[in-house]
Amino acid sequence: MPTQLFWFIFLLPVISFAIITLFVKPFVRRESPLAGYITITAIAGSAVISIWTLIEVLGAPHHEIAVPSISWVAIGNVFEINLGIIMDSLTAVMVVVVSVVSLMVQIYSLGYMAHDEAGYTRYYAWMSLFTASMLGLIIASNLLLMFVFWEMVGLCSYLLIGFWFHKPSAANAAKKAFIVTRFGDFGFLAAVLLLYAKTGTFDTAEISSLAAAGALTGTAITWAAIGIFSGAMGKSAQFPLHVWLPDAMEGPTPVSALIHSATMVSAGVFLVARTFPIFVHSLEAVTVVAAIGGFTAIFAASMGLVANDIKRVLAYSTISQLGYMMLALGAAGIVLSHEGHTAIDAAKAAVAVGIFHLFTHAFFKSLLFLGAGSVNHATGTFDMRLMGGMRKVMPWTYITFLIGSLSLAGIWPLAGFWSKDEVLITALEGNTLLFILAMITVFMTAFYMFRVIYMTFHGEYRGGDPEAHGHLHESPGVMVWPMVFLSVLAVGAGWWNVSGHFGAFMGHGETKGVIEGLFGIFTHSPWPIISLLLGIGGIVLAYLMYGSKRISAERVGDMFKPLYTMFLRKYWMDELYEDIIVRKTLIGVLFAGLQQVDTYAVDGTVNGVANGTSAGGGIIRRLQTGQLQLYGLFIGIGILAIAICLYTFG
Amino acid sequence: MSVGLEHYLVLSAVLFSIGLYGALAKKNAVVILMCIEIMLNAVNIAMVAFSRYIVPTVLTGQIFAIFIIVVAAAEAAVGLAIVISIYRNRETIESTDIDLMKW
Repeated sequence: MPTQLFWFIFLLPVISFAIITLFVKPFVRRESPLAGYITITAIAGSAVISIWTLIEVLGAPHHEIAVPSISWVAIGNVFEINLGIIMDSLTAVMVVVVSVVSLMVQIYSLGYMAHDEAGYTRYYAWMSLFTASMLGLIIASNLLLMFVFWEMVGLCSYLLIGFWFHKPSAANAAKKAFIVTRFGDFGFLAAVLLLYAKTGTFDTAEISSLAAAGALTGTAITWAAIGIFSGAMGKSAQFPLHVWLPDAMEGPTPVSALIHSATMVSAGVFLVARTFPIFVHSLEAVTVVAAIGGFTAIFAASMGLVANDIKRVLAYSTISQLGYMMLALGAAGIVLSHEGHTAIDAAKAAVAVGIFHLFTHAFFKSLLFLGAGSVNHATGTFDMRLMGGMRKVMPWTYITFLIGSLSLAGIWPLAGFWSKDEVLITALEGNTLLFILAMITVFMTAFYMFRVIYMTFHGEYRGGDPEAHGHLHESPGVMVWPMVFLSVLAVGAGWWNVSGHFGAFMGHGETKGVIEGLFGIFTHSPWPIISLLLGIGGIVLAYLMYGSKRISAERVGDMFKPLYTMFLRKYWMDELYEDIIVRKTLIGVLFAGLQQVDTYAVDGTVNGVANGTSAGGGIIRRLQTGQLQLYGLFIGIGILAIAICLYTFG
Repeated sequence: MSVGLEHYLVLSAVLFSIGLYGALAKKNAVVILMCIEIMLNAVNIAMVAFSRYIVPTVLTGQIFAIFIIVVAAAEAAVGLAIVISIYRNRETIESTDIDLMKW
């Protein structure tokens, strides 16, 4: 495979974006589906090249292909930035995930967005741009280029969350997402500059080898790692920067499926994985990653328990699962740091578990979002209290959603089970407390997903959106087929690592037979059984509360009233940020103080200079008598004085 | 006793001083204009005297004096016109009353 072809993974969606913006938008009827076909063709091309790439990388020695880079900026010999592609196992896995999920979402959008004729072209233009930026972020070989694409996916996220910008809630959610992630990005940029100042290069591979050689030491490397992680926290919605993701559900559902579950939010995990050779040199940094990840996992899951909006449950679930991925990365880093294995290969291999969970999660979570969109397509609402009984009208949606939920709940032998189990094992090696939190999260995850299933698909239909019209119906084939395809992946994606082949591909662990892996997992340690039982326990509890209603959900809610309120009000985090931090602290104290400084110090100086000049003028202008002869006298005296001076000193 | 350069210069200085005194001290605008004419003529005398005594072969000083006479005539015409205009407006030509440039 010619290495130039790698560029087209990224360039095809760029071309699609350019064609739609320059030609389709101005010249074609706005309700024409042409933009959608162009996008789908381009991304299908990307997906084919991505899969081909993955096969090539699988066969390449060390699972890495060197790609010649192009000089981008060169100032003498002092400063040089290359446009380069890094083509290793991490890149290959990620491009396949992004392009395949994106392709499915674009096809699905043909059906879902069909009623939104006014924004059809705009929607596909931005989806193309997003896919291009995301693929660019993955293949980029230097941190500066990554930062550019990082910001571009953030921009696309903003544009697509605010897609229905005429709704104030969507416009606000878009702003919130942009501003909150910006906090994290500040740390990322600072870390990039710090690394450049210390190493003189932006290239990730060079920085990794310099770090391994010991060129970076002590606090500098910790700060650099924490700065990068803060960028990842913003994008991957980790506590305390998670607040934007639930609100981001204001965007169209396919956008949530692509950007806010499968790809962009996992960019943070990807970034940490890409720069992991830096992280492993700092025990503090990996501990922070593990702790934030583990805490976010249970924290977000607890809010998912009580949310009534189906997309918000999925959003909290996404945050929680991203927390799992971070936990897996951090825990693996803790193990390496303790053992002193800080070589690049060890660090690159250590990300296998986190990336494997990212890989499986992308499929089943985008599937769940597409399912939620499909339900919304029929009922016109996202509020689960208005749904129910959908399994009879939408059997395909029901089955695929059920598969996605089982996979997410970690039921053997679906994809989620294999990746989640490895996360748990890694967490146990890293830190016992975080392992316990992760175990509790398993139970909560199974519970909230089956709460969704029972509230949405079982029982009696509760009316849907009162303002919606039309009858309940299964979604069209163009929406069902992507879900079916993704549900196949939600079942089978995990089997890549049943035999340990995924780990081996990333450079981690050894391979074994499929049958041995499939059943042997329960024989080595008790934890897989326990986590499986916890998951089943969550499902059973959800059945008792929402399926058979043997336990009254209201009674349980009343019993744990304070907890229930706390979860429902999202731990008052929005209030904390908006009222206490922004309104009271920033506007009330800091900005008010700054305004005093402005009024008295800045304005005072300016006005003082003006007043002083004016007062001085008031005194001096009395010399200006208007008497011409007096002026003449002064001129005469002046000339005389000059003459005397010249005569005496000249 | 022969008349030398110094005598002319003394005469010129005396005339100039009289003119300067008048221009600065007198209140009547017409008198001030006349005093300015006296100063100009004092300069003319000095010019011609220098020319005659120092470079007798060239007539630079004399020519310059003629220029000054022409300019002085023009200046007197403009100055008197201004004085008439002020008198029409303010019914006075007292220089102390003409104080529009005062703060």
